Amino acid sequence: MGLLSKKDAKLITDPLFDNNPITIQVLGICSALAITADLKASIVMSIAVLFVLGLGNVVISLMRNIIPSKIRIIVQLIVVATLVIIVDIILKAFAYELSKTLSVFVGLIITNCIIMGRFEAFALANGPWKSFLDGIGNSLGYGAILVIVGFFRELLGSGTLLGIKVLGDPIEKTGVYAFGYENNGFMLLAPMALITLGIIIWVQRARNTSLIEN
Amino acid sequence: MEHLELFFKAIFIDNMVFATFLGMCSYLAVSKKVSTAVGLGAAVIFVMAITVPLNWLLDQYILQEGALSWLGEEYAEYDLSFLSFIMFIATIATMVQLVEIIVEKFSPALYNSLGIFLPLIAVNCAILGGSLFMQSREIETLGLAFNYGVSSGIGWFLAILAIAAIREKIRYSNVPAPLRGLGITFIITGLMAIGFMSFGGMLTGGDEPEATEQPVEILEASVNSEVEIIDVEVTEEAIELVNNEKEIIE
Repeated sequence: MGLLSKKDAKLITDPLFDNNPITIQVLGICSALAITADLKASIVMSIAVLFVLGLGNVVISLMRNIIPSKIRIIVQLIVVATLVIIVDIILKAFAYELSKTLSVFVGLIITNCIIMGRFEAFALANGPWKSFLDGIGNSLGYGAILVIVGFFRELLGSGTLLGIKVLGDPIEKTGVYAFGYENNGFMLLAPMALITLGIIIWVQRARNTSLIEN
Repeated sequence: MEHLELFFKAIFIDNMVFATFLGMCSYLAVSKKVSTAVGLGAAVIFVMAITVPLNWLLDQYILQEGALSWLGEEYAEYDLSFLSFIMFIATIATMVQLVEIIVEKFSPALYNSLGIFLPLIAVNCAILGGSLFMQSREIETLGLAFNYGVSSGIGWFLAILAIAAIREKIRYSNVPAPLRGLGITFIITGLMAIGFMSFGGMLTGGDEPEATEQPVEILEASVNSEVEIIDVEVTEEAIELVNNEKEIIE
Protein backbone atom coordinates (compact mmCIF):
# COMPACT_ATOMS: atom_id res chain seq x y z
CA MET A 1 0.00 0.00 0.00
CA GLY A 2 1.55 3.23 -1.12
CA LEU A 3 -0.93 5.52 0.52
CA LEU A 4 -0.63 4.10 4.01
CA SER A 5 2.52 3.34 5.95
CA LYS A 6 2.80 -0.15 7.44
CA LYS A 7 1.87 1.12 10.88
CA ASP A 8 -1.22 2.88 9.58
CA ALA A 9 -2.35 -0.19 7.64
CA LYS A 10 -2.06 -2.20 10.83
CA LEU A 11 -4.55 0.17 12.47
CA ILE A 12 -7.12 -0.99 9.94
CA THR A 13 -6.32 -4.69 9.63
CA ASP A 14 -5.75 -5.44 13.32
CA PRO A 15 -9.35 -4.92 14.48
CA LEU A 16 -10.58 -7.05 11.58
CA PHE A 17 -9.06 -10.25 12.97
CA ASP A 18 -6.98 -10.61 16.09
CA ASN A 19 -8.23 -7.57 17.95
CA ASN A 20 -11.83 -7.65 16.78
CA PRO A 21 -14.00 -5.24 18.77
CA ILE A 22 -16.83 -7.72 19.25
CA THR A 23 -15.17 -11.08 19.79
CA ILE A 24 -11.99 -9.95 21.57
CA GLN A 25 -12.55 -6.52 23.08
CA VAL A 26 -16.18 -7.41 23.97
CA LEU A 27 -17.48 -4.00 22.89
CA GLY A 28 -20.59 -3.04 21.00
CA ILE A 29 -22.57 -6.23 21.47
CA CYS A 30 -25.64 -4.37 22.70
CA SER A 31 -26.92 -3.15 19.38
CA ALA A 32 -25.12 -5.78 17.31
CA LEU A 33 -27.32 -8.76 17.99
CA ALA A 34 -30.89 -7.61 17.77
CA ILE A 35 -30.77 -6.39 14.18
CA THR A 36 -28.91 -9.31 12.60
CA ALA A 37 -32.03 -11.30 11.68
CA ASP A 38 -31.49 -10.25 8.06
CA LEU A 39 -28.45 -9.25 6.06
CA LYS A 40 -29.70 -5.89 4.82
CA ALA A 41 -30.25 -4.48 8.29
CA SER A 42 -26.81 -5.73 9.35
CA ILE A 43 -25.14 -3.96 6.43
CA VAL A 44 -26.98 -0.69 7.03
CA MET A 45 -26.15 -0.83 10.73
CA SER A 46 -22.46 -1.38 9.91
CA ILE A 47 -22.45 1.61 7.57
CA ALA A 48 -24.11 3.76 10.23
CA VAL A 49 -21.48 2.77 12.78
CA LEU A 50 -18.71 3.32 10.22
CA PHE A 51 -19.95 6.86 9.68
CA VAL A 52 -20.40 7.69 13.36
CA LEU A 53 -17.17 6.13 14.57
CA GLY A 54 -14.99 7.42 11.72
CA LEU A 55 -16.22 10.98 12.06
CA GLY A 56 -16.58 10.94 15.84
CA ASN A 57 -13.00 9.76 16.29
CA VAL A 58 -11.76 12.68 14.15
CA VAL A 59 -13.86 15.25 16.04
CA ILE A 60 -12.80 13.98 19.47
CA SER A 61 -9.19 13.77 18.37
CA LEU A 62 -9.27 17.39 17.16
CA MET A 63 -10.80 18.52 20.47
CA ARG A 64 -8.65 16.31 22.68
CA ASN A 65 -6.52 19.16 24.01
CA ILE A 66 -9.40 21.47 24.93
CA ILE A 67 -11.79 19.02 26.61
CA PRO A 68 -11.48 19.19 30.42
CA SER A 69 -11.04 15.58 31.51
CA LYS A 70 -13.76 15.81 34.19
CA ILE A 71 -16.60 16.40 31.75
CA ARG A 72 -15.20 14.43 28.82
CA ILE A 73 -17.87 11.72 29.01
CA ILE A 74 -20.65 14.26 28.50
CA VAL A 75 -18.76 15.97 25.67
CA GLN A 76 -18.24 12.62 23.96
CA LEU A 77 -21.90 11.69 24.37
CA ILE A 78 -23.00 14.97 22.82
CA VAL A 79 -20.69 14.49 19.82
CA VAL A 80 -21.98 10.94 19.25
CA ALA A 81 -25.60 11.94 19.77
CA THR A 82 -25.30 14.68 17.15
CA LEU A 83 -23.80 12.29 14.60
CA VAL A 84 -26.44 9.66 15.37
CA ILE A 85 -29.23 12.19 14.87
CA ILE A 86 -27.80 12.91 11.41
CA VAL A 87 -27.78 9.18 10.60
CA ASP A 88 -31.31 8.78 11.90
CA ILE A 89 -32.67 11.66 9.83
CA ILE A 90 -30.92 10.39 6.68
CA LEU A 91 -32.32 6.89 7.23
CA LYS A 92 -35.83 8.24 7.76
CA ALA A 93 -35.59 10.26 4.56
CA PHE A 94 -34.13 7.63 2.21
CA ALA A 95 -34.93 4.23 3.73
CA TYR A 96 -38.05 4.66 5.82
CA GLU A 97 -39.00 0.97 5.94
CA LEU A 98 -35.54 0.02 7.13
CA SER A 99 -35.50 2.72 9.77
CA LYS A 100 -38.71 1.16 11.14
CA THR A 101 -37.01 -2.26 11.37
CA LEU A 102 -33.99 -0.79 13.12
CA SER A 103 -36.32 1.26 15.40
CA VAL A 104 -34.59 2.23 18.63
CA PHE A 105 -31.35 0.52 17.70
CA VAL A 106 -30.20 3.49 15.63
CA GLY A 107 -30.50 5.61 18.76
CA LEU A 108 -28.63 2.99 20.70
CA ILE A 109 -25.52 3.58 18.60
CA ILE A 110 -25.00 6.45 21.07
CA THR A 111 -24.39 4.05 23.91
CA ASN A 112 -22.66 1.48 21.73
CA CYS A 113 -19.65 0.73 23.90
CA ILE A 114 -17.48 0.41 20.81
CA ILE A 115 -17.74 4.13 20.20
CA MET A 116 -17.04 5.31 23.73
CA GLY A 117 -14.37 2.64 24.04
CA ARG A 118 -12.47 3.84 20.97
CA PHE A 119 -12.83 7.50 21.99
CA GLU A 120 -11.37 6.78 25.41
CA ALA A 121 -8.72 4.33 24.30
CA PHE A 122 -7.55 5.92 21.07
CA ALA A 123 -8.93 9.26 19.93
CA LEU A 124 -8.05 11.05 23.18
CA ALA A 125 -4.40 10.16 22.75
CA ASN A 126 -3.77 10.28 18.98
CA GLY A 127 -3.92 12.66 16.04
CA PRO A 128 -6.94 12.99 13.71
CA TRP A 129 -5.60 10.90 10.78
CA LYS A 130 -4.63 7.94 12.97
CA SER A 131 -7.92 8.19 14.85
CA PHE A 132 -9.81 8.18 11.58
CA LEU A 133 -8.03 4.99 10.47
CA ASP A 134 -8.64 3.41 13.87
CA GLY A 135 -12.33 4.29 13.63
CA ILE A 136 -12.61 2.81 10.15
CA GLY A 137 -10.74 -0.34 11.17
CA ASN A 138 -12.84 -0.96 14.23
CA SER A 139 -16.16 -0.36 12.55
CA LEU A 140 -15.10 -2.70 9.72
CA GLY A 141 -14.28 -5.36 12.31
CA TYR A 142 -17.67 -4.75 13.91
CA GLY A 143 -19.37 -4.85 10.52
CA ALA A 144 -17.63 -8.10 9.57
CA ILE A 145 -19.11 -9.94 12.56
CA LEU A 146 -22.54 -8.40 11.96
CA VAL A 147 -22.51 -9.47 8.32
CA ILE A 148 -21.40 -13.02 9.16
CA VAL A 149 -24.14 -13.42 11.80
CA GLY A 150 -26.71 -11.77 9.53
CA PHE A 151 -25.71 -14.01 6.60
CA PHE A 152 -26.22 -17.26 8.49
CA ARG A 153 -29.38 -16.14 10.27
CA GLU A 154 -31.09 -14.97 7.10
CA LEU A 155 -29.92 -17.94 5.01
CA LEU A 156 -30.95 -20.61 7.51
CA GLY A 157 -33.91 -18.73 8.96
CA SER A 158 -35.78 -17.51 5.90
CA GLY A 159 -33.82 -19.06 3.02
CA THR A 160 -33.08 -15.67 1.47
CA LEU A 161 -30.12 -13.32 1.14
CA LEU A 162 -30.84 -9.57 0.92
CA GLY A 163 -34.44 -10.61 0.20
CA ILE A 164 -33.52 -12.79 -2.81
CA LYS A 165 -34.67 -16.40 -2.57
CA VAL A 166 -31.37 -18.22 -3.01
CA LEU A 167 -32.57 -21.62 -1.85
CA GLY A 168 -35.68 -21.81 -4.04
CA ASP A 169 -39.31 -21.19 -3.21
CA PRO A 170 -40.60 -22.86 -0.04
CA ILE A 171 -44.26 -22.79 -1.17
CA GLU A 172 -43.80 -24.10 -4.71
CA LYS A 173 -41.14 -26.56 -3.54
CA THR A 174 -38.33 -25.61 -5.92
CA GLY A 175 -34.57 -25.67 -5.31
CA VAL A 176 -33.47 -27.43 -2.14
CA TYR A 177 -37.05 -27.41 -0.86
CA ALA A 178 -37.81 -30.10 -3.45
CA PHE A 179 -35.65 -32.46 -1.39
CA GLY A 180 -37.63 -31.85 1.78
CA TYR A 181 -35.52 -28.98 3.20
CA GLU A 182 -37.33 -26.67 5.60
CA ASN A 183 -36.47 -23.18 6.87
CA ASN A 184 -35.40 -23.10 10.49
CA GLY A 185 -37.55 -20.28 11.84
CA PHE A 186 -35.77 -20.54 15.16
CA MET A 187 -32.73 -18.84 13.62
CA LEU A 188 -34.74 -15.63 13.39
CA LEU A 189 -35.44 -15.52 17.12
CA ALA A 190 -33.32 -13.71 19.66
CA PRO A 191 -31.48 -16.63 21.34
CA MET A 192 -29.91 -17.89 18.11
CA ALA A 193 -28.05 -14.60 17.61
CA LEU A 194 -26.22 -15.24 20.86
CA ILE A 195 -25.48 -18.86 20.03
CA THR A 196 -24.28 -18.00 16.51
CA LEU A 197 -21.91 -15.43 17.97
CA GLY A 198 -20.71 -17.98 20.53
CA ILE A 199 -19.88 -20.37 17.69
CA ILE A 200 -18.02 -17.63 15.77
CA ILE A 201 -15.91 -16.99 18.86
CA TRP A 202 -15.28 -20.73 19.16
CA VAL A 203 -14.06 -20.98 15.56
CA GLN A 204 -11.89 -17.90 15.87
CA ARG A 205 -10.19 -19.05 19.05
CA ALA A 206 -9.73 -22.58 17.81
CA ARG A 207 -7.80 -21.15 14.84
CA ASN A 208 -5.70 -18.77 16.92
CA THR A 209 -4.95 -20.49 20.23
CA SER A 210 -3.17 -17.46 21.70
CA LEU A 211 -6.58 -15.82 22.19
CA ILE A 212 -7.87 -18.50 24.58
CA GLU A 213 -8.86 -17.23 28.03
CA ASN A 214 -7.89 -19.07 31.20
CA MET B 1 -54.19 -4.47 36.54
CA GLU B 2 -52.55 -2.35 33.87
CA HIS B 3 -49.59 -1.80 36.19
CA LEU B 4 -49.28 -5.48 37.03
CA GLU B 5 -49.36 -6.44 33.36
CA LEU B 6 -46.64 -3.94 32.43
CA PHE B 7 -44.58 -5.08 35.41
CA PHE B 8 -44.51 -8.74 34.44
CA LYS B 9 -44.19 -7.95 30.74
CA ALA B 10 -41.10 -5.80 31.27
CA ILE B 11 -39.42 -8.31 33.57
CA PHE B 12 -40.09 -11.60 31.79
CA ILE B 13 -41.41 -11.18 28.25
CA ASP B 14 -39.48 -8.12 27.09
CA ASN B 15 -36.50 -8.80 29.31
CA MET B 16 -33.78 -6.23 28.54
CA VAL B 17 -31.02 -8.80 28.13
CA PHE B 18 -32.77 -11.85 26.72
CA ALA B 19 -35.27 -10.28 24.35
CA THR B 20 -33.61 -7.04 23.22
CA PHE B 21 -29.91 -7.59 24.04
CA LEU B 22 -29.56 -4.28 25.84
CA GLY B 23 -26.78 -3.66 28.32
CA MET B 24 -24.82 -6.65 27.02
CA CYS B 25 -21.43 -4.97 27.40
CA SER B 26 -21.60 -4.50 31.14
CA TYR B 27 -23.59 -7.73 31.42
CA LEU B 28 -20.61 -9.63 30.03
CA ALA B 29 -17.89 -7.56 31.67
CA VAL B 30 -19.19 -7.38 35.25
CA SER B 31 -20.70 -10.85 35.66
CA LYS B 32 -17.64 -12.72 36.89
CA LYS B 33 -18.64 -12.45 40.58
CA VAL B 34 -22.11 -12.46 42.14
CA SER B 35 -21.37 -9.65 44.61
CA THR B 36 -20.28 -7.13 41.96
CA ALA B 37 -23.17 -8.19 39.73
CA VAL B 38 -25.62 -7.40 42.55
CA GLY B 39 -24.02 -3.97 42.99
CA LEU B 40 -24.31 -3.07 39.32
CA GLY B 41 -27.82 -4.50 39.05
CA ALA B 42 -29.00 -2.41 41.99
CA ALA B 43 -27.45 0.71 40.48
CA VAL B 44 -29.23 0.05 37.17
CA ILE B 45 -32.64 -0.32 38.86
CA PHE B 46 -31.99 2.88 40.79
CA VAL B 47 -30.94 4.97 37.79
CA MET B 48 -33.70 3.63 35.54
CA ALA B 49 -36.34 4.41 38.16
CA ILE B 50 -35.22 8.06 37.97
CA THR B 51 -34.38 8.55 34.30
CA VAL B 52 -37.36 6.87 32.61
CA PRO B 53 -40.05 9.03 34.31
CA LEU B 54 -37.87 12.12 33.84
CA ASN B 55 -37.47 11.44 30.14
CA TRP B 56 -41.21 10.72 29.95
CA LEU B 57 -41.87 14.26 31.23
CA LEU B 58 -39.38 15.68 28.72
CA ASP B 59 -40.96 13.73 25.90
CA GLN B 60 -44.50 14.68 26.88
CA TYR B 61 -44.01 18.39 27.52
CA ILE B 62 -41.12 19.41 25.24
CA LEU B 63 -40.24 16.93 22.50
CA GLN B 64 -43.43 15.43 21.07
CA GLU B 65 -45.30 16.98 18.22
CA GLY B 66 -47.54 19.66 19.71
CA ALA B 67 -46.04 19.14 23.17
CA LEU B 68 -45.12 22.80 23.49
CA SER B 69 -48.73 23.96 23.32
CA TRP B 70 -48.64 24.74 27.05
CA LEU B 71 -46.37 27.67 26.15
CA GLY B 72 -49.04 29.28 24.02
CA GLU B 73 -50.86 29.01 20.71
CA GLU B 74 -47.93 29.89 18.46
CA TYR B 75 -45.81 26.99 19.75
CA ALA B 76 -48.48 24.33 19.24
CA GLU B 77 -47.13 23.10 15.91
CA TYR B 78 -43.50 22.56 16.88
CA ASP B 79 -42.16 19.02 16.60
CA LEU B 80 -38.83 18.62 18.39
CA SER B 81 -38.76 14.83 18.45
CA PHE B 82 -35.56 14.75 16.38
CA LEU B 83 -33.80 16.12 19.46
CA SER B 84 -34.87 13.23 21.67
CA PHE B 85 -31.59 11.28 21.45
CA ILE B 86 -29.50 14.20 22.59
CA MET B 87 -31.97 15.23 25.30
CA PHE B 88 -32.32 11.72 26.69
CA ILE B 89 -28.61 11.03 26.83
CA ALA B 90 -27.90 14.42 28.40
CA THR B 91 -30.54 13.75 31.05
CA ILE B 92 -29.08 10.35 31.76
CA ALA B 93 -25.49 11.59 31.98
CA THR B 94 -26.43 14.46 34.29
CA MET B 95 -28.68 12.31 36.46
CA VAL B 96 -25.95 9.72 36.88
CA GLN B 97 -23.55 12.43 37.95
CA LEU B 98 -26.14 13.93 40.30
CA VAL B 99 -27.04 10.58 41.82
CA GLU B 100 -23.35 9.92 42.39
CA ILE B 101 -22.92 13.21 44.28
CA ILE B 102 -26.07 12.74 46.37
CA VAL B 103 -25.31 9.15 47.29
CA GLU B 104 -21.75 10.08 48.22
CA LYS B 105 -23.00 12.84 50.53
CA PHE B 106 -25.82 11.02 52.30
CA SER B 107 -24.91 7.35 52.25
CA PRO B 108 -21.18 6.69 52.04
CA ALA B 109 -21.74 2.96 52.63
CA LEU B 110 -23.98 2.66 49.58
CA TYR B 111 -21.56 4.84 47.64
CA ASN B 112 -18.71 2.50 48.42
CA SER B 113 -20.62 -0.51 47.19
CA LEU B 114 -22.02 1.19 44.06
CA GLY B 115 -19.22 3.73 43.58
CA ILE B 116 -17.22 2.33 40.71
CA PHE B 117 -20.31 1.23 38.80
CA LEU B 118 -22.17 4.52 38.70
CA PRO B 119 -20.07 6.23 36.00
CA LEU B 120 -20.26 3.03 33.92
CA ILE B 121 -24.01 3.28 33.89
CA ALA B 122 -24.14 6.46 31.80
CA VAL B 123 -23.06 4.41 28.80
CA ASN B 124 -25.14 1.32 29.60
CA CYS B 125 -27.41 0.70 26.64
CA ALA B 126 -30.14 -0.64 28.92
CA ILE B 127 -30.68 2.82 30.44
CA LEU B 128 -30.98 4.70 27.15
CA GLY B 129 -32.86 1.74 25.68
CA GLY B 130 -35.41 1.96 28.48
CA SER B 131 -36.10 5.59 27.66
CA LEU B 132 -36.26 4.98 23.91
CA PHE B 133 -38.62 2.02 24.30
CA MET B 134 -40.74 4.12 26.65
CA GLN B 135 -41.00 6.67 23.83
CA SER B 136 -41.68 4.21 20.99
CA ARG B 137 -44.24 2.19 22.96
CA GLU B 138 -46.12 5.38 23.88
CA ILE B 139 -46.52 4.72 27.58
CA GLU B 140 -49.45 6.75 28.78
CA THR B 141 -48.99 8.02 32.31
CA LEU B 142 -46.12 9.08 34.57
CA GLY B 143 -46.96 6.23 36.95
CA LEU B 144 -46.67 3.66 34.18
CA ALA B 145 -43.37 5.19 33.05
CA PHE B 146 -41.98 4.86 36.57
CA ASN B 147 -43.26 1.29 36.72
CA TYR B 148 -41.63 0.53 33.36
CA GLY B 149 -38.29 1.92 34.52
CA VAL B 150 -38.27 -0.06 37.75
CA SER B 151 -39.45 -3.32 36.22
CA SER B 152 -37.04 -3.27 33.26
CA GLY B 153 -34.31 -2.56 35.79
CA ILE B 154 -35.41 -5.59 37.82
CA GLY B 155 -35.39 -7.71 34.65
CA TRP B 156 -31.82 -6.68 33.92
CA PHE B 157 -30.87 -7.32 37.56
CA LEU B 158 -32.30 -10.85 37.39
CA ALA B 159 -30.40 -11.59 34.20
CA ILE B 160 -27.01 -10.43 35.44
CA LEU B 161 -27.52 -12.19 38.80
CA ALA B 162 -28.33 -15.48 37.07
CA ILE B 163 -25.39 -15.36 34.66
CA ALA B 164 -22.96 -14.37 37.45
CA ALA B 165 -24.07 -17.34 39.54
CA ILE B 166 -23.67 -19.69 36.58
CA ARG B 167 -20.24 -18.28 35.73
CA GLU B 168 -19.05 -18.79 39.30
CA LYS B 169 -20.02 -22.46 39.08
CA ILE B 170 -18.75 -23.06 35.57
CA ARG B 171 -15.22 -22.24 36.62
CA TYR B 172 -14.98 -25.80 37.93
CA SER B 173 -16.25 -27.38 34.74
CA ASN B 174 -14.20 -28.71 31.86
CA VAL B 175 -15.21 -26.37 29.04
CA PRO B 176 -13.49 -26.86 25.63
CA ALA B 177 -10.50 -24.49 25.65
CA PRO B 178 -11.52 -22.14 22.77
CA LEU B 179 -14.96 -21.65 24.30
CA ARG B 180 -13.69 -20.71 27.75
CA GLY B 181 -14.71 -17.28 29.02
CA LEU B 182 -16.62 -15.29 26.43
CA GLY B 183 -17.77 -18.10 24.11
CA ILE B 184 -19.49 -20.24 26.70
CA THR B 185 -21.07 -17.16 28.28
CA PHE B 186 -22.73 -16.32 24.97
CA ILE B 187 -24.04 -19.83 24.53
CA ILE B 188 -25.38 -19.99 28.10
CA THR B 189 -27.08 -16.64 27.60
CA GLY B 190 -28.64 -18.02 24.43
CA LEU B 191 -29.96 -21.03 26.32
CA MET B 192 -31.31 -18.79 29.08
CA ALA B 193 -33.01 -16.66 26.43
CA ILE B 194 -34.71 -19.78 25.05
CA GLY B 195 -35.94 -20.47 28.58
CA PHE B 196 -37.26 -16.92 28.93
CA MET B 197 -39.13 -17.25 25.63
CA SER B 198 -41.47 -19.68 27.36
CA PHE B 199 -42.79 -16.72 29.38
CA GLY B 200 -44.09 -15.31 26.08
CA GLY B 201 -47.50 -16.90 26.47
CA MET B 202 -47.91 -15.68 30.03
CA LEU B 203 -50.15 -12.71 29.28
CA THR B 204 -52.21 -13.92 26.32
CA GLY B 205 -55.52 -15.00 27.80
CA GLY B 206 -57.03 -18.41 27.03
CA ASP B 207 -58.38 -19.44 23.63
CA GLU B 208 -59.26 -16.05 22.16
CA PRO B 209 -56.46 -15.77 19.57
CA GLU B 210 -57.07 -19.28 18.24
CA ALA B 211 -60.73 -18.58 17.53
CA THR B 212 -59.85 -15.70 15.19
CA GLU B 213 -56.89 -17.39 13.52
CA GLN B 214 -58.56 -20.63 12.50
CA PRO B 215 -61.03 -19.42 9.87
CA VAL B 216 -58.33 -17.30 8.22
CA GLU B 217 -56.10 -20.33 7.75
CA ILE B 218 -58.88 -22.50 6.38
CA LEU B 219 -59.99 -19.75 4.04
CA GLU B 220 -56.48 -19.08 2.75
CA ALA B 221 -55.95 -22.77 2.09
CA SER B 222 -59.18 -23.06 0.15
CA VAL B 223 -58.47 -19.87 -1.80
CA ASN B 224 -55.01 -21.12 -2.77
CA SER B 225 -56.27 -24.46 -4.03
CA GLU B 226 -59.48 -23.46 -5.78
CA VAL B 227 -59.47 -19.90 -7.12
CA GLU B 228 -56.15 -18.16 -7.52
CA ILE B 229 -57.24 -14.94 -9.20
CA ILE B 230 -59.15 -13.35 -6.32
CA ASP B 231 -58.14 -9.81 -5.33
CA VAL B 232 -56.54 -9.28 -1.95
CA GLU B 233 -59.35 -6.93 -0.95
CA VAL B 234 -61.95 -9.52 -1.73
CA THR B 235 -60.25 -12.14 0.41
CA GLU B 236 -60.03 -9.68 3.27
CA GLU B 237 -63.74 -9.05 3.01
CA ALA B 238 -64.34 -12.77 2.92
CA ILE B 239 -62.27 -13.24 6.05
CA GLU B 240 -64.35 -10.60 7.80
CA LEU B 241 -67.51 -12.30 6.66
CA VAL B 242 -66.37 -15.65 8.00
CA ASN B 243 -65.43 -14.03 11.30
CA ASN B 244 -68.82 -12.37 11.55
CA GLU B 245 -70.56 -15.63 10.80
CA LYS B 246 -68.58 -17.36 13.47
CA GLU B 247 -69.51 -14.69 15.99
CA ILE B 248 -73.17 -15.01 15.08
CA ILE B 249 -73.03 -18.77 15.49
CA GLU B 250 -71.41 -18.40 18.86
